[in-house]
Amino acid sequence: MKPNDDTAPGGQAAPTGAIDAPRASAPFTEAIRIRLKTPSKLRNLELALLVLALAVSGGAIALVQLGAIGELDQTVITYGTGLALIVIVMHLALRVVAPDADPFILPIITTLNGLGIAMIYRLDIAKGFEGWSSAGVRQMAWTALAMVIALVVVVVLRNHRVLARYRYLALFIGIGLLLLPLAPGIGQTINGARVWIAVGPFSFQPGELGKIALAIFFAGYLMTARDSLSIVGSKVLGMRLPRARDLGPLVVAWAAAMGVLVFQRDLGTALLYFGLFLVMLYVATGRLSWILLGLGLFVGGALIARDALGYVRGRFDAWLDSFNPEIYDAVGGSYQLVQGLFGLADGGLIGTGLGRGRPDIVPLAESDYIVASLGEELGLVGVFAILALYLLLVARAYRIGFTGTDDFGRLLAVGLGFLIALQVFVVIGGVTRVIPLTGLTTPFLAAGGSSLMANWIIAALLLRLSDTVRHQPRLVVDDDA
Amino acid sequence: MHKQLRHISVATLAMFLALFVSLSVIQVFAVDELRADGRNVRTLFASYSAERGPILVAGEPVAQSRPVDNEFRFLREYLEPELYSAVTGYFSLNQGTTGIESAYNDFLTGTANEQFLDQLSALVTGQSPRGAAVELTIDPAVQQAAFDAMGDLRGSVVAIEPSTGRILAMVSTPGFDPNRLSAHRTSSVIDAYNELISDPLRPLNNRAIGGDLYFPGSVFKVLVTAAAIDSGEFDPDGEFPNPPRLQLPLSTNVISNAEGGNCGGQETVTLATSLRLSCNIPFAELALELGQDELAGYAERFGFGQTIAVPMNATPSQYPENLDDAQLMLTGFGQYDVRVTPLQIAMISAAIANGGELMQPTLLDRIIAPDLSTVLESEPEVFSQPISRRTATTLTRMLVDGVSDGVAFNAAIPGVEVAGKTGTAENGAGQPFTLWFTGFAPADNPQVAVAVVVEDGGGQGQNAFGNQVAAPIARQVMEAVLNR
Repeated sequence: MKPNDDTAPGGQAAPTGAIDAPRASAPFTEAIRIRLKTPSKLRNLELALLVLALAVSGGAIALVQLGAIGELDQTVITYGTGLALIVIVMHLALRVVAPDADPFILPIITTLNGLGIAMIYRLDIAKGFEGWSSAGVRQMAWTALAMVIALVVVVVLRNHRVLARYRYLALFIGIGLLLLPLAPGIGQTINGARVWIAVGPFSFQPGELGKIALAIFFAGYLMTARDSLSIVGSKVLGMRLPRARDLGPLVVAWAAAMGVLVFQRDLGTALLYFGLFLVMLYVATGRLSWILLGLGLFVGGALIARDALGYVRGRFDAWLDSFNPEIYDAVGGSYQLVQGLFGLADGGLIGTGLGRGRPDIVPLAESDYIVASLGEELGLVGVFAILALYLLLVARAYRIGFTGTDDFGRLLAVGLGFLIALQVFVVIGGVTRVIPLTGLTTPFLAAGGSSLMANWIIAALLLRLSDTVRHQPRLVVDDDA
Repeated sequence: MHKQLRHISVATLAMFLALFVSLSVIQVFAVDELRADGRNVRTLFASYSAERGPILVAGEPVAQSRPVDNEFRFLREYLEPELYSAVTGYFSLNQGTTGIESAYNDFLTGTANEQFLDQLSALVTGQSPRGAAVELTIDPAVQQAAFDAMGDLRGSVVAIEPSTGRILAMVSTPGFDPNRLSAHRTSSVIDAYNELISDPLRPLNNRAIGGDLYFPGSVFKVLVTAAAIDSGEFDPDGEFPNPPRLQLPLSTNVISNAEGGNCGGQETVTLATSLRLSCNIPFAELALELGQDELAGYAERFGFGQTIAVPMNATPSQYPENLDDAQLMLTGFGQYDVRVTPLQIAMISAAIANGGELMQPTLLDRIIAPDLSTVLESEPEVFSQPISRRTATTLTRMLVDGVSDGVAFNAAIPGVEVAGKTGTAENGAGQPFTLWFTGFAPADNPQVAVAVVVEDGGGQGQNAFGNQVAAPIARQVMEAVLNR
């Protein structure tokens, strides 16, 4: 689409390309109308992929019904159609407010979210839940809410650089959200981890949103501090170490991660935050020594925690010696892990088929263990496809890092992309015994409102960032012309 | 920043690669192991969701699944429960599975790797999955004869076709009714299971292959004789000192022959006569001369110390280690710590009957898919060659004499040359004897090798001998084979 800022004589407004162009005097609605009419290859591609994504999701839900109850249920289809409508609205909104946004992001997360809903709904059938007690229906409601919030983010946030200005606010919000579950009264301990708050009937994991705030802070902070942090200090063992005075942020981040480990008893969250910080630090400074130093600190801390904290030791034992009958039968032992492996093995290469397995045997099959559930019913083929979707999503985020022009945006995109990658690795790696099992949600798939909302906001930020990346150079070219 | 981004991209790819690998390992390479884990209830659920294949004997089902109108959809029923309980085992909701039901569970449920293409086509065509049928080598007439001959006695019969290893009969008495354990009412299954497991007669034990091992007593002399002749150091006419009583070296233990007195009334006695009359003292002397390494070596080649899968795993029979001279001499006539399964004893006879070549014993004839194609067919397989053909021929002559002119005369069948050996094993002071017979017929063209064990002295304490109780049972089993 070619921006056209010419104004016709007589004050008659000509069609304008960029509705945020201050000189455009055409009525707002007229601009939208033009935007929607103007052919955009990217958006058309997105629409085509969205149709595919919705077909996959709808097909999955229909297969679940046919497989598990042998007939098609009207209500769920109705809800699904509602969701499809919201996605289409989001797509239309993108045509107006972010026409050059990456066309793959929305279809990918729609597919993942849809598959998640199908599996959660499938588990509801197995457990006999219906209506609002059904996690699937609630997941749909959360999805609708998350999509609306994401839509608001894309519409309201027209320039991501604004976020860099509020980096310290983001820091305080991030820390506040992180600490909220420790507050007496609203803080809740669920499955051993104190990362929840409960207000009335709703429970929420504020840390999920906190990770976005922290990613914004890291990006903003590292954008300004990258030069000083890149200065190298003394050389030890053939490796150039950072200057001692620059170690402050690393130590603070490490201490925070250890705090999460000790007080919130959540290994996964600690790993996620600290990993995010390390990677963004590395991208900003290019000093491998930061990563090695940070990893050393974290592994050291985790090993001490293993000896000092019962729950961490339990996780390690369950990881290394899962099939030991004693550990299998122990409280907090490897029962869940081993049952998950049985489920995956039962699925084998091609899976049992949706609605035909027994994923409900595994505890937390709809949240932490949704990958095992999907692996059982969709098989290795299905999980590979899901992983490929994640990989593609992460690659789209990194792409912004490669092609972006401002450091803040690039750092933020890479940080958000890595958040998704690391979270997927920590969860699925835990389920498949690559690393000890920790309680984290699988982005977009797992049941849980806070996680869904946070990940849709991440997606919204990525959409906005990718739009800026493609939008900018052309404006420059146009200005030259 | 590009360089760092490339590194992060590679690291991310490596993280995902690790997940791809671990998932492949779990979902492809470790599947069999994970499915076989006893804690995997999915295997059990899967076995109920499909129509379980029948277990066939001579083409007729002895276990089959009948459609019923409840959540399990099929009820497993056993048509001649007690007769075949040692073979079929049971298939229960919450007390596991045993026997053929367990050994071929994946085929019976249709989930075996060999049936992968069938599963795939069932997936595509939408057919409900069905398991394969398992056809056994059991001959119903021989099984029935063995079961009837055992009557109320406690013990076991194993009959093997020597040239193929096919198991023609496997009986363990008392049997049990597997129908009581395959019911769908959990509480009644648990009650039945508890009743069976606490029964002092231990009906759930398959005495033919497992449970407690038996002392072989004199039937072990067959193996000792085989070792002696095959080693080339002894022949049937070799002479041994023949005292009526012998004090074991460095021991206060004095051994004697079963009949009292010396063996055959001479100063010395030949190996052939010792076997024919089943004398203990010459075999004690022979064991000492052969040495424990030689005996243990032959025992192992006949199958001792090995888990033999028929396909149910038989408990390994054992020849003891680190013997002093007195203990070694006791093993010469199957006492001290020699322990055997009836299957193992039948295998010794089968090897001799088959010219020294021991065939792998098996219950499996073939596995037939629901579309009547053969999924798996059992081929005769050589287990080992424990002794030479020459030794086997010599030994056969000696064993024929034992039946025609020795202490195993109750096994004789008119008009047929039967080779055989009895045994009467001691189980300790005051304990009832364990009564044995093993042998094969016809001697010149063996069609069946058999082992019979009767516990508890056949109800007669220490007053009965193998020849009185076990040999007639073996005769009826061999007759059933010869009359086919």
